[in-house]
Amino acid sequence: MTETEVFAKVQETLVDALGVDDDEVTPQATLTGDLGAESIDFLDIVFRLEKAFNIKIPRGELFPDNILNNPEFVQNGRLTDAGLKELRQRMPHADLTEFEKNPDINKMADLFKVQTIVNYIVGKLAA
Amino acid sequence: MRWMWIDRFTEFLPGKRAVAIKNVSLAEEHVHDHYEAFPMHPASLMIEGMAQTGGILVGQMTNFQEKVVLAKVTKAEFDDIVCPGDQLTYEADMESFAREAASIRGVVRKNGNPIGTVDLMFSHVDQNLAGTKFPEENFVFTGSFQRMVAPFLEGGDG
Repeated sequence: MTETEVFAKVQETLVDALGVDDDEVTPQATLTGDLGAESIDFLDIVFRLEKAFNIKIPRGELFPDNILNNPEFVQNGRLTDAGLKELRQRMPHADLTEFEKNPDINKMADLFKVQTIVNYIVGKLAA
Repeated sequence: MRWMWIDRFTEFLPGKRAVAIKNVSLAEEHVHDHYEAFPMHPASLMIEGMAQTGGILVGQMTNFQEKVVLAKVTKAEFDDIVCPGDQLTYEADMESFAREAASIRGVVRKNGNPIGTVDLMFSHVDQNLAGTKFPEENFVFTGSFQRMVAPFLEGGDG
């Protein structure tokens, strides 16, 4: 499956899960900021991706958990060096370039873009 | 009185499918408020009826140990109105089930004919990602809901 085909399926999944129009689902659109996703939607998206691509997505793999509640990783509202290292390991599918310049945890949601999901699925299908 | 918007189950296949009916009656107060001149059963209560049908299907998966709450109305579309004298059927099919949540696809029928789609997501509130604590007592599944489904379960006492 090519990246374009993966994107088309991810787009369809997000249209169904979030009730948005397909032209809103661009590669750089953020799930929470641009597409209005709430916490339960992340699980809905995982459920739908598993079905659409016939894969198993272990919890915390696509959308990492247990980072923000770890004091070793977060100090004064920012990710520490250890936190960033952990995030790089856990999210090889995300582009961290901008976030690393100012790792404010309030900006972490911006890492969850449509392209982040596409990258994850492409990697998963190739594995 | 418990907030119950289904009358009884007609089919219950654990982990797969639940079907419940609801007879709408002119004796029910809510239809007189909605509306006095033209009583009809509100669409919001059809969503609740499907949530109860699907919620019990989801709850049974963990033997009613988890607190199952409605978390998301993924889709709710109705093509017809429902009035006193009509019988509603709620057909809920399990779509996904995980430790934290579950989803169902639902079809609503009026007197046997499909009139709507209600797809829902449920959350197991004790497994919430924020780690919020809820009372130990299961305030969702009290005896009244479990009695409704007991006749369909092996060893049920209903």
